[in-house]
Amino acid sequence: MSTARLNLIGPLVLGVVLIVAWQMTYWAIGDIALRSPWQTLRFSAELLARPSFWPHLVETGKAFAAALAIAALLGLAIGLLLGLGKLAGDVFEPMLIALYSIPKVTLYPILLLSFGLGVSAKIAFGALHGFIPVALFTINAVRNIKPIYFKASRVMKLSRWATISKIVFPAAMPEIFTGFRIGFSLTMIGTVLGEMFASQRGLGYLLMNAIGLHNVDIIMAITLMLVVFAAIVSSALLAIDRRLHKRF
Amino acid sequence: MTNASHNDVHKDDLHVSLRGATKVFRRADDGSEVHALGPVDLDLKRGEFFAVVGPSGCGKSTLLEVLAGLSTVTAGTVTFEGKPISGEVPDGVGVVFQEDACFPWMTVADNIAFGLRQAGAAEGEIRARVEGALALMGLNAFAASYPAQLSGGMRQRVCIARTLVLQPRLILLDEPFGALDQQTRLLMGEELLRLWRETGATIFLITHALDEAAMLADRIGVMSARPGRLLEIVETGWPETRDSTIVEKPEFGHVTARLWQWLRAESMKSVGRMDRP
Repeated sequence: MSTARLNLIGPLVLGVVLIVAWQMTYWAIGDIALRSPWQTLRFSAELLARPSFWPHLVETGKAFAAALAIAALLGLAIGLLLGLGKLAGDVFEPMLIALYSIPKVTLYPILLLSFGLGVSAKIAFGALHGFIPVALFTINAVRNIKPIYFKASRVMKLSRWATISKIVFPAAMPEIFTGFRIGFSLTMIGTVLGEMFASQRGLGYLLMNAIGLHNVDIIMAITLMLVVFAAIVSSALLAIDRRLHKRF
Repeated sequence: MTNASHNDVHKDDLHVSLRGATKVFRRADDGSEVHALGPVDLDLKRGEFFAVVGPSGCGKSTLLEVLAGLSTVTAGTVTFEGKPISGEVPDGVGVVFQEDACFPWMTVADNIAFGLRQAGAAEGEIRARVEGALALMGLNAFAASYPAQLSGGMRQRVCIARTLVLQPRLILLDEPFGALDQQTRLLMGEELLRLWRETGATIFLITHALDEAAMLADRIGVMSARPGRLLEIVETGWPETRDSTIVEKPEFGHVTARLWQWLRAESMKSVGRMDRP
């Protein structure tokens, strides 16, 4: 069997298993808390057809895209700085790890007071979740670059900037990408979470609102959309990640 | 690839010169001083093939790093083409390391072109020179391959091609075949001889293999256990057009025997030091 077919069969089997499990849970628990896969799919389509739904989707999409861009760039910059500078790395890496392990919700009041009740607070909250794995993976990637590459760079008389852009960055790229992949998931969690607490728009807000109104249809539909989006993008990122690692 | 033919009038020019070259390190952990190298006095003629053998840890690599400008001497002078080397790799010096220094994210052709591109050479010139280097190292069929698809011997060829393409007048090789199997080593040695004849470059080769040094070099420097000093320089007297079949000659046996005579005591010193707790 070819590997391409194997790669498709795995996710397919997983998808079927998840849908069956979902249907069985629905039978066991009932309408009070769940909808069946088919009902959810139908309601999602209905929701997507409503013009009033789109501004929320766009709001979340924009906030997420901005948060991800900030998380990637900030994480990369911090990672390169701390990875290349030994002293700075030794001092700040433990602080990053500490920040990584605390629930970011504890920092939410501070962010809210700093950025106000708007899209910027969501972006900041999303980026706060996402930049840490990018930074941590970048630090390790840069530290693990084979010293021989730096020697080769000196022999070829590369400037400091050329060494970073032509050698450090591509040599660390596969690991940086792994950090980005994890940063993607966390940024998404952060952005939606930010919308759930203090926002007037976005999917997180709709979700929170639906919980208040006990609207199981909306809860299930939005959850499904988020899960499908995350699953598709994560699989694509994972595929790229594997390809990048293969050459090393 | 021929900027200075091996037979031109400059053959007896002084190309590299070390006078009292000494290197003392300070250990990072306890601040104690380690006398790694020297004093070393050595003159290399333009276009000569010089090899260095010595017990492990004797400072051979330090000597090469000093010549490459990757490391500075703490006393004495090192000059290349009349100019002192200090802290920077001089123009016209190429280095091949034992470790695989190919960039895995680039194709073979891009690896070879990298140095030229960084130096800002014209694209047409780069293409011509890369093709020349690919042909010289027998890598034509692998131009578009990635290093991960090649064997260790082929990857080392890429590293050598990457150095050659810059047309160095002095090529420093730090145990370049150390990670290869014996047959591949012999063949790579022959190729190195061919390159040496075709480019006319001065070659400084570090090796731990006595037979490799005896087969390839015009002169072989024997280094002492640390601090590394040159104990003796053995002249092989081989003709310029030589290859690995030289190992059949009785003189080859004499050369390796002389090298071993000098090295035996030094190696025992160095092994003894390693055995001490």
